[in-house]
Amino acid sequence: MPNTRSIPGNGHRSGEVPEPRIVGFFCTWCTYLAADLAGTSRIKYAPNVRVVRVMCSGRIDPQFVLDAFANGADGVLIGGCHPGDCHYQEGNYNCLRRARLLKQVLEQLGIEEDRFRVEWISAAEGDRVRVVINDMVEKLRALGPLQMQRENALVSIAPVEQALQEVCV
Amino acid sequence: MPDARNPDTAPRIGVYVCHCGTNIAGTVDVHSLTEYAAKLPNVAVSREYKYMCSDPGQELIRQDIRDHNLNRIVVASCSPLMHEPTFRGALARAGINAFFLQMVNIREHVSWVHTNKADATTKAKDLVRAAVRRVGLHKPLEKRRVEINPNVLVVGGGIAGIHAALTVANSGKHVHLVERQPTIGGHMALFDKTFPTLDCAACILTPKMTAVGSHPNITLWTYAEVAAVKGYVGNYKVKVRHKPRYIIEDLCIGCQECVEACVYKEGRWADEFNLGLSKRKPIYLPFPQAVPQKVLIDPEACIEFKSHKCKKTCIEACGERKAIDFQQKETIEEIEVGSIILATGFKTFDAHRNAYYGYGVHPNVYTALEVERLVNASGPTGGEIVLRNGAKPKMVGIIHCVGSRDQNTNRWCSKVCCMYSLKLAHLIRERIGAEVYNFYIDMRTPGKGYEEFYDRLLDEGVHFVRGRVAEVTDWPIHPSEEGKLIIRAEDTLAGFVRRIPVDMVVLSTGLEPQADARDVRRMFNISCSEEGWFLERHPKLAPVSTFTDGVFIAGACQGPKDIPDSVAQAGAAAAEAMALADAKYVELEPYTAHVLEDACSGCKTCLTICPYTAISFIEESKKARVNEVLCKGCGTCVATCPTGSIEQNLFEDQEIFEEVEGLLAYA
Repeated sequence: MPNTRSIPGNGHRSGEVPEPRIVGFFCTWCTYLAADLAGTSRIKYAPNVRVVRVMCSGRIDPQFVLDAFANGADGVLIGGCHPGDCHYQEGNYNCLRRARLLKQVLEQLGIEEDRFRVEWISAAEGDRVRVVINDMVEKLRALGPLQMQRENALVSIAPVEQALQEVCV
Repeated sequence: MPDARNPDTAPRIGVYVCHCGTNIAGTVDVHSLTEYAAKLPNVAVSREYKYMCSDPGQELIRQDIRDHNLNRIVVASCSPLMHEPTFRGALARAGINAFFLQMVNIREHVSWVHTNKADATTKAKDLVRAAVRRVGLHKPLEKRRVEINPNVLVVGGGIAGIHAALTVANSGKHVHLVERQPTIGGHMALFDKTFPTLDCAACILTPKMTAVGSHPNITLWTYAEVAAVKGYVGNYKVKVRHKPRYIIEDLCIGCQECVEACVYKEGRWADEFNLGLSKRKPIYLPFPQAVPQKVLIDPEACIEFKSHKCKKTCIEACGERKAIDFQQKETIEEIEVGSIILATGFKTFDAHRNAYYGYGVHPNVYTALEVERLVNASGPTGGEIVLRNGAKPKMVGIIHCVGSRDQNTNRWCSKVCCMYSLKLAHLIRERIGAEVYNFYIDMRTPGKGYEEFYDRLLDEGVHFVRGRVAEVTDWPIHPSEEGKLIIRAEDTLAGFVRRIPVDMVVLSTGLEPQADARDVRRMFNISCSEEGWFLERHPKLAPVSTFTDGVFIAGACQGPKDIPDSVAQAGAAAAEAMALADAKYVELEPYTAHVLEDACSGCKTCLTICPYTAISFIEESKKARVNEVLCKGCGTCVATCPTGSIEQNLFEDQEIFEEVEGLLAYA
């Protein structure tokens, strides 16, 4: 499908439905490599995800996710190694524990479930990058843009970030 | 004027957009991206170039650093996992800290995966904007230097492991070779002849095996497995589990008098070395040329282990040597090495899975490996090619691609089966003059002398039928088929279905990853391809390296390959390990974590979460401290710290926030 809808803030005209903007946090050893493999295999997928590379999914602070939502992301995708396959033994388990708690917080903020996703994608699963990203983009298109005023969002998320910082251990 | 080499002054950023020929420029509007970057805050220079990684490309950066006093560099090109070291080197040579660099992946993550130029360009701009914001926060970092232990661990004692071990040992470094079978030799020890030269496998392999056994620089651990691996490049601590042979290896001289004396006068248990085609006793030598020449006892078979009522004639026979020890226990020892070569090999496809070929149902259906043993002079029949009933086959059918090139089992080509099938066809024809039919999909004979070998077989009168075999059956529909196995296949060259009655069917089974390849991969912290083959760092330019520094791979554990390729790879892996050892020290990435002591509340949360126990609690100050040598830089403790008092180099919170906000900033 030709991508006629443009990204908010990059010149979209009123009346057009803006394309979802997704921030991806990918671990270096599995999901980032899988995305590289998708590239070398010339697998095509939706251009909506912007990837931030971290060494391990265990490094992903819930605040990064909230920061992304507060700054206008319509979705956040975390990619790590499969359980048991973490390059650092168990960082992905820590990621998962934080993500479960974070999901509840996001729900209370009115951020729909589909907007935050954790996926285990190994370095060999280039095609899974395509499947996950296309699926997420489809779901976010159906949901439409995140209904949070940017200014308000920053106000409402800030104390939550603070609270999370204290409980997310 | 602020000193550009002082990181505290305002950043002066240079942005470099790579075309990568047309790889990037074909999908991303590189001109508009370069112009866009030029307008971003703190960007002093923005340029595009055809190949940034080339010498002139790097020189462009170095020149600009000098001419424009740049102190931060953003390179928008390929994956940082590809060329980050290249560009860091360029920065360092220009006299600024190598970590004042941020790479933007606009090839693997943009131009190669998107088709719409406008979308790709927008994405590239977002990524460059984020990098420009992030790079301004980068701090100067130094790589850590650690010494390298020159010892090398080789896992697997097949031809690849043997060759790697000998190469390293000959250079004067100490090698620990760990093999889980009671003898080294691997699959090659099972073969009679090797293609295409038909030299005898044992004649070329056993001298190397003996050399391993007697080499002063090799510690050979047979009947042993790696149980745990700790540490990092240059400093691995490896636990080796030594399974009990119930024989004291140092005392056994391999005379086999105990085997002679065993209360069982005949073998009764399937002989692993002959793939069950012959029987062995409870106490046995794996095969005549086994290295080490030490017998072992199978506790599942030995009466003494079952009832404790054996006459123990073996002990009597061993006499003064006292090499037999029924009380022997498994031991675990720790060894220290600087690098590891994995040469764990392959397993052959289980022919039972293709039920329509009747393996395990019809006794005269064999796997190729079984036939290797049958044609081998040291095999169960002394090299006589006879069926299970002792008769010589007059007609033999060899079915190629069993468990290879098959959507239902394995999609890959196992690479060696065409050639070994030709070899077996030749040997069978030569030894017993049987008519041999090869059923193939394509004949794949690339390699030195391989196609010539195929030509030779055509001249020798071996038959070739192009077509995948549908089934092997014993239901005759014609008197000439009585008592035979009938191979049904479509002859795609002649254009009709054929029924060929034969006495013996040989299944050319393909190569598969070892059953426990995934466990091994986890233990050594490397990756597997989807099929289970160990993943190399780069398929062309780093074929024996892995993503874990100091761990190398060789032989068929990386993918199906024949003996020459395995040996070549083993040599390459040995060279890598030797280069590492000779460098004396290694530089480690500085992505470690450190505690901001003023902010640390001493809650100890980070202590429990660190998988490397790199964090300790300092009682006097009631603060946590990270041991940078043990820290591997995952950053989990950083995300865990409730007071935000742990930082990770190059992945500081503020750097990531800046990157996220840069990605989403309204242009």
